[in-house]
Amino acid sequence: MDLFPLYNSLRVAAISTVITFFTGIAAAYYIAKTPRVVKGVLDCVLTLPMVLPPTVVGFFLLKTIGPLGPVGSRVLELFGAKLVMVWYSAIFATTIVTFPLMYRTVRGAFEAFDETLLYSGQTLGLSNTYLFWRVMMPNCKQGILAGTVLAFARALGEYGATTMVTGYIPGRTATISTTVYQLWREGNDILAYKWVAINLIISAAVLVAVNMLENRYRQPRSAAKDILSDEEGVGVP
Amino acid sequence: MTLSVDIRKRMGEFLLDVRFEAENEVLALLGSSGCGKSVTLKCVAGVMAPDEGRIVLDGRVLFDSREGIDLAPQERGVGLLFQNYALFPNMTVAGNILSVLRRERRDRRREKLAALLETFYLQGLESHYPSQLSGGQQQRVALARILASEPGLIMLDEPLSALDSYLRWQLETELVRLLERFEGTTLYVSHNRSEVYRICRRVCVMHQGLSEPVCDVAALFERPGTLAAALLSGCKNYSRTERIDTHTVLAMDWGIPLTCGAAVPEDARYIGVRAHYFSLCDGPGENAFVCAVQRVAEDVFETILTVRPKTAEPGRTTANIRIERPKEAVRGIREGDEVWVAVRPKDVMPLRH
Repeated sequence: MDLFPLYNSLRVAAISTVITFFTGIAAAYYIAKTPRVVKGVLDCVLTLPMVLPPTVVGFFLLKTIGPLGPVGSRVLELFGAKLVMVWYSAIFATTIVTFPLMYRTVRGAFEAFDETLLYSGQTLGLSNTYLFWRVMMPNCKQGILAGTVLAFARALGEYGATTMVTGYIPGRTATISTTVYQLWREGNDILAYKWVAINLIISAAVLVAVNMLENRYRQPRSAAKDILSDEEGVGVP
Repeated sequence: MTLSVDIRKRMGEFLLDVRFEAENEVLALLGSSGCGKSVTLKCVAGVMAPDEGRIVLDGRVLFDSREGIDLAPQERGVGLLFQNYALFPNMTVAGNILSVLRRERRDRRREKLAALLETFYLQGLESHYPSQLSGGQQQRVALARILASEPGLIMLDEPLSALDSYLRWQLETELVRLLERFEGTTLYVSHNRSEVYRICRRVCVMHQGLSEPVCDVAALFERPGTLAAALLSGCKNYSRTERIDTHTVLAMDWGIPLTCGAAVPEDARYIGVRAHYFSLCDGPGENAFVCAVQRVAEDVFETILTVRPKTAEPGRTTANIRIERPKEAVRGIREGDEVWVAVRPKDVMPLRH
């Protein structure tokens, strides 16, 4: 059994997860600071890939990075490199499809983050960089990890957009999902079942990881203290 | 050490317009919730920007809209103790304090940490996380962390209001002791008049975003000047008035003329009388009037009578007068009784709007 699809899927998912990790966090951080209208528009645009059919994403991608597309033709001209029908084409597809998952989860975590921690840090003279890495990130760890794992899982399972930009070339662009489809078309059920099993195991492991993360961080935090009502002033008329 | 604040900020319908100066002292900002106290502190700290105005600390301009100066919070040297203390939950007590000291040399850092832990009774708690500490301990860590940054000004935002009353008293005592050791200016924000009365000498009253002139705490309680200040200082009875002459007003809600000890300013629109200053008398006399007793409520150490002057404007709920007397002084009085109530002229406070 050729394990190339497993290797390729993991490599594509890992690289696109690294990309969405940084871009998703950066987008969540900066968009949270923009005015409401801008935020609404950007939010909508950046979330679209999550709700669009992957084939639509694939279509747009082909039109952009294909040999005739504005980006694809330029790259071909300058570097002589194709952006579609090669293994790394899948990275473009999975990055775009998984970005909203990372972005939205992290943004939720940032929004739940207590801003007074940043304010107090600033008044204490701590730099914004220090506060971001040492206070904000650790306290949003749960959301960031959850987003990362979800993005990785989604990248691993991406089929629609990937198959449009990479096709299916055994030993070159095949991923687990495109392999299963191909095997089913060929009627090779035995091999298809093997890949299905591999996929199930990986997906289950990811979901278990997400659940474990959620439980680990769901510790009772110090509840927000209610402001007690004004106590009657005894002794002062 | 002086702080001078003169700022304006519009937030939707709400207009903040604050002006005060503080010497080397503990100055109180007293106001009910939502009056803009916290926003004022945030503007001074630099985590919020006023629309216009000027903030100067010890001759250093922190903010000036006209000159385009707006120092970052990191450059202001202003410590702000948040209501929830804002300790970093992912760091231990020592980590929280050391985060501020991290630019110091290693040995100086250790020394300073040790000194702060001792001053704030935190020895043995170094490796605890904030969630493992009591409210009082958290507050001490937050204060220690602020002092580690060596601020020229400390601002305390309702430091005691998140605590229950027994703990609050203990912490207040500690807080006063610690504040005495601080040599700069302190701003103490509170909505609790008793706290302010005990802790501060001078007070700036805030009402719906506007500040009133700074005055002595004692003066605020004797001569509040405005209705808002009187209510904040705990005055429970007030009536709209019409000025009759320099020492007489007609209390319109109560339907009675009253003599004032102090001269009544032309622009006085209300009079206020504290609940402890009404007394029961036998019959007609100066500032005496007849009332119907509406409710008798036994409090812990005194009895609270709700009475309504016979001459009160019908249907007006503020016409009800609250009287607080020692239990023995009003024993035997029941709901529905008719009593004579009097107030000494010096206890009638003319108030502007």
